[in-house]
Amino acid sequence: MRTGLIFDIQRYAIHDGPGIRMTIFFKGCPLSCAWCHNPESQSPRVQKMYSANKCIGSQDCVRACPNEALTLTPHGIVTDMEACQLCGECVRVCPTKAMEFSGHEETLEGLMQQIEREIVFFDQSGGGVTFSGGEPLMHYQFLIPLLKACGEKGIHRAVDTSGFTKTKVLLEVARHTDLFLFDLKLMDPVRHKAWTGVRNEKILHNLKVLAETGVPIQIRIPLIKGVNCDEENIRETAGFIAGLPGEKRVVSLLPYHDLAIKKHERLGQTYRFGQLERPSENELRQIEKVFEENGIRAVLRA
Amino acid sequence: METLVKTSRIQRLRRLSVETQPSLSIERALIETAFYKENEGKYAVPEMRARAFYEICKKKTIFIGDDELIVGERGPRPKAVPTFPELTCHSVEDLEVLNSREQQRYTINREDIDTYAREVIPYWQGRTQRERIFNHVPAAWKAAYEAGLFTEFMEQRAPGHTALDGKIYQKGLLDFKKEIDDHLGRLDFLSDPEATNKADQLKAMAISCDAAILFAERHARLAEEMAGLEEDPKRVAELKKIAAVCRRVPAHAPRTFWEAIQMYWFIHLGTITELNGWDAMNPGHFDQHLTPFYEKEIADGTLHRAEAKELLSCFWIKVNNHPAPPKVGITARESGTYNDFTNINIGGIRPDGSSGVSEVSYLLLEVAEELHTLQPGNSVHISSKTPNRFLHAACKVIRQGHGFPSVFNPDVYVSELLRQGKSLRDAREGGCSGCIEVGAFGKEAFLLTGYLNVPKILEITLHNGIDPLTGKMAGIETGDPRRFRTFEELYRAFLKQLNFVIDQKMRVSNYIDKMFAKYAPAPFLSVVIDDCIAKGRDYYDEGPRYNTSYIQCTGLGTIADSLSALKKHIFEEKTISMDTLLEALDSNFEDREALRQRLRNDTPFFGNDDDYADDLAQKVYEDLFRAIDGKPNIKTGGKYHLNMLSTTCHVYFGKVTGATPNGRLAGKPISDGTSPSHGADTRGPSAVVRSLAKIDQALSGGTLLNQRFLPDLLRQDQDLEKLAALIRSYFTLGGHHIQFNVVDTATLRAAQAFPEDYRDLMVRVAGYSDYFNDLHSDLQEEIIERTEHEGF
Repeated sequence: MRTGLIFDIQRYAIHDGPGIRMTIFFKGCPLSCAWCHNPESQSPRVQKMYSANKCIGSQDCVRACPNEALTLTPHGIVTDMEACQLCGECVRVCPTKAMEFSGHEETLEGLMQQIEREIVFFDQSGGGVTFSGGEPLMHYQFLIPLLKACGEKGIHRAVDTSGFTKTKVLLEVARHTDLFLFDLKLMDPVRHKAWTGVRNEKILHNLKVLAETGVPIQIRIPLIKGVNCDEENIRETAGFIAGLPGEKRVVSLLPYHDLAIKKHERLGQTYRFGQLERPSENELRQIEKVFEENGIRAVLRA
Repeated sequence: METLVKTSRIQRLRRLSVETQPSLSIERALIETAFYKENEGKYAVPEMRARAFYEICKKKTIFIGDDELIVGERGPRPKAVPTFPELTCHSVEDLEVLNSREQQRYTINREDIDTYAREVIPYWQGRTQRERIFNHVPAAWKAAYEAGLFTEFMEQRAPGHTALDGKIYQKGLLDFKKEIDDHLGRLDFLSDPEATNKADQLKAMAISCDAAILFAERHARLAEEMAGLEEDPKRVAELKKIAAVCRRVPAHAPRTFWEAIQMYWFIHLGTITELNGWDAMNPGHFDQHLTPFYEKEIADGTLHRAEAKELLSCFWIKVNNHPAPPKVGITARESGTYNDFTNINIGGIRPDGSSGVSEVSYLLLEVAEELHTLQPGNSVHISSKTPNRFLHAACKVIRQGHGFPSVFNPDVYVSELLRQGKSLRDAREGGCSGCIEVGAFGKEAFLLTGYLNVPKILEITLHNGIDPLTGKMAGIETGDPRRFRTFEELYRAFLKQLNFVIDQKMRVSNYIDKMFAKYAPAPFLSVVIDDCIAKGRDYYDEGPRYNTSYIQCTGLGTIADSLSALKKHIFEEKTISMDTLLEALDSNFEDREALRQRLRNDTPFFGNDDDYADDLAQKVYEDLFRAIDGKPNIKTGGKYHLNMLSTTCHVYFGKVTGATPNGRLAGKPISDGTSPSHGADTRGPSAVVRSLAKIDQALSGGTLLNQRFLPDLLRQDQDLEKLAALIRSYFTLGGHHIQFNVVDTATLRAAQAFPEDYRDLMVRVAGYSDYFNDLHSDLQEEIIERTEHEGF
């Protein structure tokens, strides 16, 4: 693959692995988690995003659209997605960048140039690059050469994955990865499917196989009230992690935040799961305790 | 290590210092005026100055407060600020404004104003430095000054920017007097035509040493008197100790930690009483100077860490007791703060090149954090030799969100000083005085002459030399920009205007320098700066080993972004015509919001590691360097250099600058220091740092980078390590200075709404911290608009 579809590149990322990192977000994910905080990461195609708060109502986009797909309403610009051909005229003329594309193709050389600009920060902090998404493993044909190129430069590589991928692919990626950030969401396959769109047998299997290779893995667990914070799920999760081969694990707990709702709006999507909530401080302490009982250190991210 | 509990003594002293409203004292002016009336014409100018200083030291009210261990005030009581009518004689109206204005108010009662009007004002009319300067200036200078193209530092305050090296810890003033006598004895009246001038100058220095010794002796006597009336035996002992210390220093070299601090404080007070030099006075590498005393006494058991910390705290509060002398008019706008910019340099490197960090460095950081007073400013100096644990300790203080310490890179500023021609040892002894400007401590007069409004120079270029705000010619004719066919043509016109404006500025600066050498020498300051005694010349008259004039260039972000917009949209893509743009600028983008948004959102801006804009910043910076650096000032071997400081001047400059091609609206602040324009940097701090590193910072005498971080970004200890790594990275890339505001917008907004609840909230302005409540509302907005880096 010559190019990969990227929707964001963040510098001075300090929560995606050790040190100061550059995080590269791939677009496209086999899961569709209800709480996804990057909803634009799910579709593997370029999408148009519109931010009503940036719009000044100049209507330059309405005039520029060759397909007459846009209209100005009291709630801002509305795109008729049937008529829209994603030609990009509206994005080009918008003076405020209220209308934007999410997703652009990057070449390996282009990405490496950007990554290398950050080497001084990696060197000083023990940081590196984190490939996230979306699901970076969906792009493995592009990802693997990229990981190799970073490896040749001595740059630390982390891969942030849902684990929902072919085991062979995962193992091949593991050969060129220094650290996995592995998301574990729910233990019950049926509940997993209800909340993420897929069952989890493959994910759990992959995690076990990956752990056997001895590659460093940091397990990350999003915590969403009413979804996966019940004692049963937490106990089962902790038990599963405790049973993994290899070193003692440190688990990152990531309590849910609702920043994503605005992003769903910008994609013109309605948020289908209603109000999701962050677990209370009390519940968080309970959860930490369960992990401790299983000999696992849990680190809570604020 | 002691817990973070201030002693009750320090709590009381701090409360008194923080809660006392600054006031004006007319005592110094009265003593000096009476002396001048009686003695005018009797003595050569330097001797006249020295005798006036002696008279003040002899007659001024002296003050020793309850609880104090380090003693001495410039005014009759804490936070009472004298006036300096020989420089600027405030009018009755000035005094009334100072007494009633909202920001930086100095109280003065009616009776004092009347006395001033009767006793002081009539004598000084026509005799002040300010009048000498303004009577002289040419029309072209005046036009440029009034348009806001630059400011002039010396119209109300004396040149200063002085920091000391370690010699006052080795020698007392009596030792300096001996040196002075030696040089007097060696003067060659047969063949040196300057011998008489040198004799006048050296005599004046000797008198000023006597003045400072007398001043200390008066404190010794007062302490003894107070001890006689004191009932608490503990305080009696302290007062007797104070008396003993004041008899030892400054006459003799200090022997103990306590004496060393008091020694510095008397020298500090002497220099800020003699004249009101910019940036008060500065002990330089205070931790390095105090370390030998500290280590010796800790080893022999005569001093405990807690006692040392208490003495340092007493000193710290003393500095806070001394607000800046009152400024009015444009000078108040370029530097609107009570802060007088004493900047304690902590850490760094020693003159032999080794790391300067000691236990005293950690003590000073603890004192800064616990007292968190407006003054003194403080900075940590992080070289490649500085241990990580010291940087980490500094980051912990930064996280508190008081806006200090700022962080400097000695590895780069030593090369700046070397490039300017200092010896390696003198360069290493250097550091930052005031905000970000560097000099060789104890050996250099590095005078800041005024700020340059670089975006305004582009504005007059776009109007063929005319200031569009007034319609008056402020520069020279460089052609109608509508006829420029290439960006290079426009840029050449900009350079012509730039060189014209700088020439105007330098012409008057040189004149002012001569005025100070002639009419306002500073014999006491000259005693402590090498090589004034050896040369027999004053601090203002080539006496120092090095003589630098700085011009501070403001608004690099705004100018780079504006040039980027012009280059891209007008000359390369040709999607906007010059005519359309100029109309939009002249109408402040009225009915042109879409155009303004396009300029803001579709232009590469400085601070994003985007070479398109960064190259332009680099180009302007290098051309500023070419226009300023190395030009001779009036002192033999003395040169102009540039630095990139703004203090609060970017707000004043913004007020007098119309809309700019980067989409900035008229009247809004221009960018501060070398920071990116507000909101222009959207790719995080590592991109900012990389953009900044593209300019060769060693060419300047200081750059300034403000960064605002959300508190969330520094919550965990490992976040602090990442901050430390960011700082190290910037410094590896050649950065000179970086400072952080760790506060969220919600807090700043709340502080605006409920100022009473946030009296303690300090923020980083530009090279110094200030109380948020004390800032003019424009400056408050400016700080809120600075890009807030958030966690990713």
